[in-house]
Amino acid sequence: MAVTSVSSRSEAPPPPGFFSRLGNNQALLGILFILPSLIGFTVFFAAPAVRSVFISFQEWNLLTDAEYVGLENYQNILELSFNPLESAAQDSDDVLPDDFDELARVQVGGGGFVIGARDPRFYRSLGVTITYVLFNIPLQTVLALGIAILMEKAANSPLLRGIMILPWLMPNVIVAMLFIWLLDPTLGVINIFLQQTGVGQQGFFGSPDQAIASVAGVNIWRHMGYTAILIFAGLKTIPKSLYEASRVDGANGLVQFLRITLPLLRPVLVFVLVTSVIGSFQIFDTIAVATEGGPAGATRTIIYYIYEQVFERRINMGVATAASVVLFLILVSVTLIQIRTFQGNTSELADYS
Amino acid sequence: MTAISQTKVQERQAAAARRFNFGSAITWFFIGLLIFITIFPFYWVVRTALNDPTALFTHASELLPYNPTTINFERVLGLVDPAPLIAAGATNISPGTINFWVFLRNSFMFAGVITIGQTLFSSMAAYAFARFKFPFRDVIFFIYLTGLMIPGIVLFIPNYVFIRQIGWIGTFQGMVAPFILMTPFAVFFMRQFFLSLNKDLEEAALLDGSTHFGVFWRISLPLMRGPLMTLALLTFIGSWNEYLWPFLVGRDENLRVLTVALNIFKSQTPQGMPDWTGLMAGTVISIVPTIILFVFFGRRVVDSIQFSGFK
Repeated sequence: MAVTSVSSRSEAPPPPGFFSRLGNNQALLGILFILPSLIGFTVFFAAPAVRSVFISFQEWNLLTDAEYVGLENYQNILELSFNPLESAAQDSDDVLPDDFDELARVQVGGGGFVIGARDPRFYRSLGVTITYVLFNIPLQTVLALGIAILMEKAANSPLLRGIMILPWLMPNVIVAMLFIWLLDPTLGVINIFLQQTGVGQQGFFGSPDQAIASVAGVNIWRHMGYTAILIFAGLKTIPKSLYEASRVDGANGLVQFLRITLPLLRPVLVFVLVTSVIGSFQIFDTIAVATEGGPAGATRTIIYYIYEQVFERRINMGVATAASVVLFLILVSVTLIQIRTFQGNTSELADYS
Repeated sequence: MTAISQTKVQERQAAAARRFNFGSAITWFFIGLLIFITIFPFYWVVRTALNDPTALFTHASELLPYNPTTINFERVLGLVDPAPLIAAGATNISPGTINFWVFLRNSFMFAGVITIGQTLFSSMAAYAFARFKFPFRDVIFFIYLTGLMIPGIVLFIPNYVFIRQIGWIGTFQGMVAPFILMTPFAVFFMRQFFLSLNKDLEEAALLDGSTHFGVFWRISLPLMRGPLMTLALLTFIGSWNEYLWPFLVGRDENLRVLTVALNIFKSQTPQGMPDWTGLMAGTVISIVPTIILFVFFGRRVVDSIQFSGFK
């Protein structure tokens, strides 16, 4: 009975349902197939991207009606004021215009000048973010390159690659948990070890000087294996014959690395740099868990600044979106500069194939 | 001539072999160090979670858990009453009942629903982009790709405002809405694979009277099992790891996912510091599902990363 029903089902033509009536109308089928994604893209990607720009020209606290304020939000975060000092003893507040707070004070001999901003926290958060990126990216990329070469030359093992990817699979929140415990000032095993070896207790997340470097360290731990695997994939595309030919010519390992590996790896390295810099600028979760922007703003990165504008201080949607638009423009510029500098869209490998 | 150069080559190879022994010792040292640095934090979490909660202050740095116990897991899963433990000297543990089962369930629901929706709808779109001719096809696909470049925070704030305006804050649909229909990456990823798929089988099925949707559902998708699994895996892990969005939209305890629950648990500090043994037990519970996926599909994830390097 069961057998006949199965065979009769497979022989019977498909019921003339909705989809068969569409027949071969590819235009209609295409629209129908992309419809869910189109709705998702329009509502949650395109519309908010446009709306971000709109809100950035408004003063809005979510509770009362939004009010158009032109460029005021951008002025609030970006406008600088340079004010000469008459004497070194003069108070910064005396020379700064109203609504401006001190961002930096430069003393030259008896005088100098004070740079003011309406909200100095924005530029400070930009500074913190750039410091973070500079701690994070160079070390992470160099380590990953080393690991990738190690994997390719000596330990071409899926198991090792699997282990190295493990931190990257973990949520940032979890990674932050692991490290606030390992680095805890009194009970953390790393601090206990440092005390026993005579280095002494370190503040790490709790120290204004070490906090941002600690966050960078944690993210290097999470990302170096992932980055290494990306680079490893690039290494495998370099033909072995090039190394053999250069060895016959008497090139040593260093020359091979500089003349063959690095140039041929360039497109992959540019991809790695571009994506990891973009990710690095947007650091948030680790900071939300480990330091909450502190101590004393030492880890208030741009995204954390934006987050505070929306969810912690007086709700200020306009400033938050203006800052996010500025971040977007920074990311576009940084990416273009990287691609120009390293000419990431060309590959020497093409010359050999 | 050739004989001399051959001996030279042999000498060089012998020298290289001698160097290699020394070199390989260094190599293995570095590999060992790498594995240690990668694994040790995980080990330390497990070790802490198994430590006797009454004796963490006196035994914080031994390599093995002191007086190993599963009590920390039991109390974050709401299986034991913490009061007798506090009376017995575990002053730094959370006095309330915590139930990580609920958070575990919420994380599975959140990540699972997003994974199913996103993989299905993105694959449908990818199939259309790869197979059908329809108006504005290439323009729409290009606009999708530009979506890859927008930083999350630019979309995040208006999305939050939108979800708030339609009254979906504190609802499950609000939590999954922005992710369930598509991501540009998912569409791009699947389109690459559909483009590389041979059309013959699909055309034969169409000639046999199958519908386009039937072909997609019964022929093309099954042939894409590998890439689909990879995409689903990456989507699941990504959603499992999501923090800020579920934190803001799913604040309610019945919706709270693991990442959010862990951070809230961390901020509750009974004696001026977190309930470390409980927190680490919660962390282990949050890690285990990822580890299980990793053990079964780790290779697939590694391969997909290598793929993304070439896109």
